[in-house]
Amino acid sequence: MNSEPIVASVRAVHRAILDNAPMIESLDRAIGDGDHLINIKRGCETLVALGAEIEPLPPAQAFERIGKKLLGTIGGASGPLLASFFLAMGKDLDGTLQPTSTQMAQAFSAGVDAIRSRGKADLGEKTMLDVLIPVARLFLRLTAESATMETLCERLKEEAERGMLATRDMVASKGRAYFLGERSIGHIDPGSKTSQVAIAAVCDLLAGRRANGANGANGTDSMPGAGFEGTAP
Amino acid sequence: MKKFINDVDNMLRESLSGLGAAHADILKVTFDPTFVTRARRADGKVALISGGGSGHEPLHAGYVGRGMLDAACPGQVFTSPTPDQMLAAAEAVDGGKGVLFIVKNYSGDTMNFQMATEMIDVDHATVLVNDDVAVENSTHTTGRRGVAGTLVVEKMMGAAAEAGADLRACKALGDRVNKNTASMGVAFTSCTVPAAGRPTFEIGPNEIEMGVGIHGEPGRRREKFKPADAICKDLLDAILADLRPADGAQCLLHVNGFGGTPLMELYLLYHAARKRLEREGLKVTRSLVGSYTTSLEMAGGSLTLTLLDSELTRLWDAPVHTAALHW
Repeated sequence: MNSEPIVASVRAVHRAILDNAPMIESLDRAIGDGDHLINIKRGCETLVALGAEIEPLPPAQAFERIGKKLLGTIGGASGPLLASFFLAMGKDLDGTLQPTSTQMAQAFSAGVDAIRSRGKADLGEKTMLDVLIPVARLFLRLTAESATMETLCERLKEEAERGMLATRDMVASKGRAYFLGERSIGHIDPGSKTSQVAIAAVCDLLAGRRANGANGANGTDSMPGAGFEGTAP
Repeated sequence: MKKFINDVDNMLRESLSGLGAAHADILKVTFDPTFVTRARRADGKVALISGGGSGHEPLHAGYVGRGMLDAACPGQVFTSPTPDQMLAAAEAVDGGKGVLFIVKNYSGDTMNFQMATEMIDVDHATVLVNDDVAVENSTHTTGRRGVAGTLVVEKMMGAAAEAGADLRACKALGDRVNKNTASMGVAFTSCTVPAAGRPTFEIGPNEIEMGVGIHGEPGRRREKFKPADAICKDLLDAILADLRPADGAQCLLHVNGFGGTPLMELYLLYHAARKRLEREGLKVTRSLVGSYTTSLEMAGGSLTLTLLDSELTRLWDAPVHTAALHW
């Protein structure tokens, strides 16, 4: 049951995306081309269906499987970007069976770097990186300070929210919103919104809270984050 | 939303099945992964593969056939295809002379094709098409989009590959045609992505979107509706400022409809553009008018100009036999 927290996280992210679907869709209709939600939903559904297959795998292989699956399923820009994220996480965790929070922070950071280089984008360009880069930095810092799981989840959630809101005032220079130029100002970037929603869902889950539209039937919401800590209850 | 649909999730498959059945003499459709190839593989030539989101029909599958593409990879509507489709298509059509990918400059398309080229083990090259002058080009941004000029690039490269040009020569030609080609479009209405079920963007009855891309995404500015000659002037001003043709230069004028504009209006736009170009001292020696690179049912269209020389004219004139283009 090595990758049970990953499977639970996938389910939590899927639920959160569905809960926020109307908002994500309206953001994409404002400054995107209307396919972001469809593609993200297709990716989530595919990963949820993959649950049983990845659950027994070590985390590195689970992330690699997720990355490859997304690469062949989502398409668009999201496909290669999210695939690069998970493939890099898998590579970073290679050989680690019970990753600690610090190792997860390093893997997350490696994943974010992969998105940066694949998308040739950086902070301040009104993309998902405006959420992911600050979250990765804080994740590294907090785990270096040995923050508790509760603090970690709380702070990362806040940071994701801050990053997402900051895209509102940016002019897009990458991604589909770039074609709007100045007209992209005043709209939150849909990719940053889905990233924030996903991070919040995983944080809620790992902090032992019930994510929106809780699905407690299988008991995966209880304390799955413990798997990442290497101190299973 | 009123469209010919049975099940949204099955729409692409049913449409491609129709394409395959209607043109069985020209092309063949393969599913899972999805790609379209010529009915008979052409060996001993460079294999040309293009691809992109669906919803732009006949681009690209309609241009698979003798004298043009060897394969096309259709993605979901307005969504780039995935690397596994490109790799499977490459394996199916590689005739021993290498594989050339023709990619429109949209971030999704470039990233997916790039990942495919990182995984492929045959000789390959990529031509990136970025003919759209509506968007300012800059090293800090995604850059200009690939739009209706893609057809011109695919046609001329197809003719060259058919005549035996090698991979390097085909790549150089594609880059040259792209450089000689400029396009810009305008939208009158929005379009509805079937899975979304409602229009992609809002546009008032008296508004036009100047510099629109082929997914309804904006380019330059929202403007008040105005007469065809005035719209044509804006489009050509931008195109000519980019191409800077010499006096007396020969060119191909392609008027493209986005899917919701009748041919009658497209010929009217052609007439307006032709008059203007002749006043500028240009010689329009080749023409193409019709809906060749569409944006679902969006009304509006684009102008594409390609500067010609004797080689490019010969390549344009070379025989082509595809579902959507044939002479």
